[in-house]
Amino acid sequence: MSLIRIALAGEGGQGVQSVAEILAEAAYNENQQAIYIPNFGLEQRGGVSIAFLQFSDNRIGAPKFQKADIVIALSERAVARTLSYSGQDTLYVYDSSFKVEQEELPREAKQIIALPAIDTANNELHPRVFNIIIMGAVIGLSNVVRFDSAKEALEHKLGHKFEKDPKLRELNFKALEIGREMAEKSLKEGAASNV
Amino acid sequence: MAVPTIPQSWYLPSKPHKFCPGCGHGIVLKALGEVIDELEIQDQFIFGCDIGCSLLSWNFFACDSTQTHHGRTTPVMVGIKRSRPELICLGYMGDGGGYSIGSQHLLNSAVRNEKVTLILVNNTNYGMTGGQMAPTTLPGQKTETSPYGRDPLATGYPTMGPEFIAEVTPDSAYVARGTVSKYKQLKKYIRSAIRNQMEGNGFSFVEVLSTCPTNWRTNAHQTWNFLEDEMEKYFPVGELKTPFGKGER
Amino acid sequence: MQKVIGESKKSFMTGNEAAAWACLAAGADIMFGYPITPQNEIMHYWTRMAPKYGKGFLQTEDELSAGFTVCGGVQSGKKAFTATAGPGNVLMQEPFGMAEAMRLPLLAIIQQRGGPSSGTVVYSQQEVALTTYGGNGEGHRIVYSTSTHQEIFDYIIKGFNSAWKYRFPVFILGDGYQAKMREPLEMYDPESRGIEMVKSYPLIGLGGKIGQDRGPSHLCNIYSLEEELYEVITKVQAEYEAIMPQITEYEEKQCDDADIILLTHGVVSRAADDAMKALRAQGIKAGYFRPITLRPFPQKELRAAIAKSGAKKMLIAESAIGQFDRLVKQEIYGETIKIENLFMPGVGIIESDLIDKVKSVL
Repeated sequence: MSLIRIALAGEGGQGVQSVAEILAEAAYNENQQAIYIPNFGLEQRGGVSIAFLQFSDNRIGAPKFQKADIVIALSERAVARTLSYSGQDTLYVYDSSFKVEQEELPREAKQIIALPAIDTANNELHPRVFNIIIMGAVIGLSNVVRFDSAKEALEHKLGHKFEKDPKLRELNFKALEIGREMAEKSLKEGAASNV
Repeated sequence: MAVPTIPQSWYLPSKPHKFCPGCGHGIVLKALGEVIDELEIQDQFIFGCDIGCSLLSWNFFACDSTQTHHGRTTPVMVGIKRSRPELICLGYMGDGGGYSIGSQHLLNSAVRNEKVTLILVNNTNYGMTGGQMAPTTLPGQKTETSPYGRDPLATGYPTMGPEFIAEVTPDSAYVARGTVSKYKQLKKYIRSAIRNQMEGNGFSFVEVLSTCPTNWRTNAHQTWNFLEDEMEKYFPVGELKTPFGKGER
Repeated sequence: MQKVIGESKKSFMTGNEAAAWACLAAGADIMFGYPITPQNEIMHYWTRMAPKYGKGFLQTEDELSAGFTVCGGVQSGKKAFTATAGPGNVLMQEPFGMAEAMRLPLLAIIQQRGGPSSGTVVYSQQEVALTTYGGNGEGHRIVYSTSTHQEIFDYIIKGFNSAWKYRFPVFILGDGYQAKMREPLEMYDPESRGIEMVKSYPLIGLGGKIGQDRGPSHLCNIYSLEEELYEVITKVQAEYEAIMPQITEYEEKQCDDADIILLTHGVVSRAADDAMKALRAQGIKAGYFRPITLRPFPQKELRAAIAKSGAKKMLIAESAIGQFDRLVKQEIYGETIKIENLFMPGVGIIESDLIDKVKSVL
């Protein structure tokens, strides 16, 4: 696979870094080259949290990048913060529940996609698995890792929680699946606004 | 019912502040802000902060402020006060900045009875850098660099800062330990400390016991319990030295 | 020596974690340190592993203390090390200077952050001057500038050996990106790769009965007369120069025939490698040179690369304003190749930055 660059951004506490870590591990387990680097400022909590991911068959160069292949903004503040990472080849994804005006979305993008991830989490699953839906969406949009690799990495990271409550495993895997389907659907439809 | 007001000495553009949910800094800085307002010293007031969580207060007040290197707040305040004695200099730091890397400055400034005021916020860990052990970490307490619990035989017992400051300072110094669980008392101590400087008596020092749920990994109940049941038992709250007559102890 | 890793292990972890494991695998005995971002996790991992492997750890009251406690540990004959960054690195120059003077084989991991002063907690290459020539000495140090997690692991093992064999303080110069990012590497016990770890030895506490078995060991770093100091330091300089060929390391690509040479170090060299390949694919003859040791600097090898390439220009790119540039110019004084600069202090450099710059100067 040639180089894929993904930027995930959200509010501190939404699980952006967890998702990035799991995806990167999944890629590594498939013997891909993977780099994951969090951004970090001074505060311990709060502020926008960004994760930079790169996947490739070959040795990856610089850990950060200017333009991403996929940008996913998990909060309205994150949209503003990630505009600069969207170029003409970027798939720019945000949640359909955000109140963002046309001008607040990136000027340059291959396709801008609005996913109903938050609503789905709140109404069909559980608010806590919103970030897992997003993880599924990343896979659906890019096929950057195999679905079962992601499940394995998720199990590895959250297994101890699943042991205590096996329903959580079901919930998380379902969220993953739903996220993937959501993304695949939106790619086909060319959803939301285009530039 | 009276609606709580924001102190005039607070700088509104920097609000809401960046401290974690459940952090005690907001309470201490509120008390300080109210004291600055009541004493009407906003224009002469110099606020110095350290590295660590106190750093987040660098633009907290509508007062002239300066952020320095870790542990160096005290000497910077001393430098300002010695050069411009009419200014009221207050250094704000954590247990790391005061009792660890800044301890030699703290000790020497106390011995010299420098006419500055220091507020040291004690939350028993290094918060901003991710929860390492601090001089005030309690025996058995787990932190990132005491993952199996602090062993006092290996790393000593928690630093009793106000106690040692009280030992090395003359009678004209003011030394107290407050807690964010007793707001009125805390505010009284801060006011007495600053008054000690304003009246030209000498050194003033207030340690404040405070909370850090982020690095303690505690919920609201546990946080408050740790403060009141553990910290306040270990670190006695009250005035240790006051030129203003008998304090609470 | 204790086997720590066992079977050669492929892992995916942060640079800080890799550093802690490397110190363990290299047989380090004790770490002294003080919290400062972005190297804290080296302490966190070490302090968790320490009791399992009988290793020592102390979080000191500050970096001055951390540096001097390491000096003490090394003098007593134990493999002591520390890690720091930014203002902590500034403070540690005092003990590092003592290590230079007294020939103490300490190892320090430096994870560069933005400067000067508190700067940022994130990244830079602004501690090159400090790490190569800090303190009030003559730069009698060994500095490895790593660019991957594998190198962090490999060069920490090599670093302990360089330190204890040649008795110069050794620095592993990383940065906040390397510290915090996750990428794959392979960990191993040195013996499994035929690497023999140099044994440590005490300079004090030598055992035996004084007056009978041996005289007392008196260590100092001060002299009464200028001439005494002169003698000592010229001897050290001569020794340093003599071992330079054994220690110097560099990486050179496509310099046999190049119009422009990209000269970078550390993590920036990853982008430079990608940039060189991309430029070549576009028909631009770019070459790549990367010193791995900043001290001693591979100046002979760089001069040779310039000569054989026929290049008219060299682009020195760094995340600082000229710290690496000055080091290079000092080392290759007399070369007439035109030097261009890409200075991005405290900011990451990616391949498009280098490609654009090359195109603008050619």
